[in-house]
Amino acid sequence: MTEIALTLTDAHASTARRARRQRLQDAAFRNATLAFALLVLLILGGVMVSLIDGALPALRTFGLGFVGTEVWNPVSEQFGALAPIYGTLVTSVIAMAVGIPVSFGIALFITEMCPAWLKRPLGVAIELLAGIPSIIYGIWGLFVFAPFMQSTVQPFLIATLGQIPGLDNLFMGPPYGIGILTAGLILGIMVLPFITSITRDVFETVPPMVRESAYGLGATTWEVVWNVVLPYTRTGVVGGVMLGLGRALGETMAVTFVIGNAHRISSSILAPGTTISASIANEFTEAVGDVYTSSLVALGLILFMITFTVLSIAKLMLLRLQRKAGV
Amino acid sequence: MTMSNSATLATPIGGLYHRRRIANKVALSLALGAAGFGLFWLVAILWTLLYNGLSAINLSLFTENTPPPGGEGGLLNAIFGSLIMTAVATFVGTPIGVMAGTYLAEFGRGTKLAEVVRFINDVLLSAPSIMVGLFVYEVMVVRMGHFSAWAGAMALAVLVIPVVVRTTEDMLKLVPNSLREAAAALGAPQWKVITMVAYRAARNGMITGVLLAIARISGETAPLLFTALNNQFWSADMNAPMANLPVVIFQYAMSPYEDWRQLAWGGALLITVAILLLNIGARLLAGLGTTRK
Amino acid sequence: MTMTHMDANSHAHGSHPMPPDMLAGTVAERPIAGAGLPEKITVRNLDFFYDGYRALKSISLPLYDRQVTAFIGPSGCGKSTLLRILNRMYDLYPKQVATGEVLLDGNNILSPKQDLNLLRARVGMVFQKPTPFPMSIYDNIAFGVKLYEKLSRADMDERVEFSLRRAALWDEVKDKLRQNGMSLSGGQQQRLCIARAIAVKPSVLLLDEPTSALDPISTAKCEELVDELRSDYCIAIVTHNMQQAARISNFTAFMYLGELIEFGNTEEIFTNPTKEKTSEYITGRFG
Repeated sequence: MTEIALTLTDAHASTARRARRQRLQDAAFRNATLAFALLVLLILGGVMVSLIDGALPALRTFGLGFVGTEVWNPVSEQFGALAPIYGTLVTSVIAMAVGIPVSFGIALFITEMCPAWLKRPLGVAIELLAGIPSIIYGIWGLFVFAPFMQSTVQPFLIATLGQIPGLDNLFMGPPYGIGILTAGLILGIMVLPFITSITRDVFETVPPMVRESAYGLGATTWEVVWNVVLPYTRTGVVGGVMLGLGRALGETMAVTFVIGNAHRISSSILAPGTTISASIANEFTEAVGDVYTSSLVALGLILFMITFTVLSIAKLMLLRLQRKAGV
Repeated sequence: MTMSNSATLATPIGGLYHRRRIANKVALSLALGAAGFGLFWLVAILWTLLYNGLSAINLSLFTENTPPPGGEGGLLNAIFGSLIMTAVATFVGTPIGVMAGTYLAEFGRGTKLAEVVRFINDVLLSAPSIMVGLFVYEVMVVRMGHFSAWAGAMALAVLVIPVVVRTTEDMLKLVPNSLREAAAALGAPQWKVITMVAYRAARNGMITGVLLAIARISGETAPLLFTALNNQFWSADMNAPMANLPVVIFQYAMSPYEDWRQLAWGGALLITVAILLLNIGARLLAGLGTTRK
Repeated sequence: MTMTHMDANSHAHGSHPMPPDMLAGTVAERPIAGAGLPEKITVRNLDFFYDGYRALKSISLPLYDRQVTAFIGPSGCGKSTLLRILNRMYDLYPKQVATGEVLLDGNNILSPKQDLNLLRARVGMVFQKPTPFPMSIYDNIAFGVKLYEKLSRADMDERVEFSLRRAALWDEVKDKLRQNGMSLSGGQQQRLCIARAIAVKPSVLLLDEPTSALDPISTAKCEELVDELRSDYCIAIVTHNMQQAARISNFTAFMYLGELIEFGNTEEIFTNPTKEKTSEYITGRFG
């Protein structure tokens, strides 16, 4: 103990110096992290400002009518965003219509139904698939899926659903192979791994005891999932779906190959169309003239606003659900 | 209605129970069907990729530059360009992301600012990458007057940041407070508590995040289309347009030339394998846990 | 009935005669316990607020050097809170305020000028659950030492061995110092944490329910350790376990609803408490 006491007093001066230095380092570190956190804000601000700045010439020329016009004519320099906006929304709706139930099914299968030895490999495989870049889906769509749609699925749809009054407008016209429906389906396949892996993750956050006590009451697997697991995890499920929707809305490469890049709105979902991101990807480097380029940037601005809105709503919903669950 | 429990259990024919069992069967069959349907397509995509890609892989893919239409060639310049731009983007984006994530998890807890930054970061995380391309085009390409590999790398760095911010914050939040208190109780200043204890506890998760970020950007095409553009020839000049795998794949796949399409499949397989390896590496690392050292 | 039992007990120990005022049944304070011993820490009129809620109400008591002081009381009575004030751990969190005085060797550590890191280097703490850092056993010990001392390799080795020996862990880990600290068993981890706290050579040790997560055998080992460490440190221990307090402490403070109800010699507190609440608690009538 005497040795300890001695060391303490001996070291006192240098210790105080060290402490002072540490305080400075502490402040420096803290401020550095703060600066980089602010940089994140700056980046989004930068994206917003640069998009608005780039979009100004087009908005000045066409005004708000830009959003409501279908015309897209590089020769006469008349541009309107309606067709890409329509295409973006419709492909995303198709993607979610396919993606949500199927991902839910896969997640349900993995967590509740499949044999234990298959659980991990299947889960890992899904997560790995989520990492595959969208361009792969794009070229697969172009070389494999679109021909398949043209030769098999679309003729079938035209012959069946296309004959039903009320639905005939949706499934009309020659089978191009490429088009809104094809793009939407590829998007749907692409978002599968995303939504599935998130859904599976949140399903697994349900404490085993909660799950088991429901089984213990004699509930069937489906009742456990529907009445216990889903309510317990809905926040996460909604989050996963919203993330998938965000991906689908802004996805470029999976769509560009197979959408057809036609700036028009057809009643038929078999017809070629375009989306915001596909228009930008296809035309940006070839666009000549300020108005043309600026119109494409303006499309980007619209996409920004759409995704920002979707994500904000998702966030607010999640917050509300969380608060409700907290009570 | 009175009922004898033992009788009900022994013969579960009661109408209600019957309906429940059928509902269960139907729902589970649907789930099974959906799972089979979804997995079928995913496997189909991989199989096509493997089938077409393997036949395109040969030595010249790695030793020759991209050919003119109809010519023979490989993807050497594109592979090089992708590697270098990904590396630059990672080196720029990772420290920024780690620092910002550290602020969110360690200093900003409960503050309004942290909430705003977290929200904005989530938006950036899911923001369409093509917008990032437009942003960098406006900020760098227009200012500099030409496309360049720097611009491409910066666009990719912007995509790295939110991924790393998010994983860093999440992983640091998993570090129990008791560990921070224990370090503070020894007299450690906060920056040492964070860098020496919290980072270490969260290390595998944070590296996993970086690997995932690399995996994400190595397949990104849209942000490169009008930043790095493309270059048919070998170029190591960061101030000039540079070839890169995704854009080459895009252009070659859309072309009418069979040779180019072959190269596109080869490149697609390369990217996919690289990304799968990165992802597997990330998982192995995460699974390695804390047993090391 | 309980009182008679207590009386019998205290006679059996042959301890001090009962103070007269107590016999008279008044609530006057007993003479300051441990008078004459050097006070390492002096707490005076300490109040503590969580976001406006007053969690501690004018606490005053001494902690004597080279003595073990136990804090007992039902959950939520503020005993852990009090402990976390002694190294200002509460400063890590916003909206927590302490007022009053806490003197460590005569200096008020609640003063805003107090350097927290230096304070914490002098006042070691061990937590409810073992908190090994995610690094090797050796580095766990060296971590704190490196913060304030530059030691040669040999000196550091010596310090690590000294601390591990002091924590009665050396024989169990000397062949695996490079192994991760988290690979140890719970009881070993807790002793590693004690060793880590000792390594920085503090003069005060705060133990916050150190055995609550341990099995009986590990608990016994930890208690033995505390008994040995008593000769070198001023030790404050929070415990839920009254037997433990009785076994290892020299002084005991009983707290209830944020107030210090009674402080005194452990033996006296347990055999002859002056306050009704104390006697109810230690006889198990509540808490």
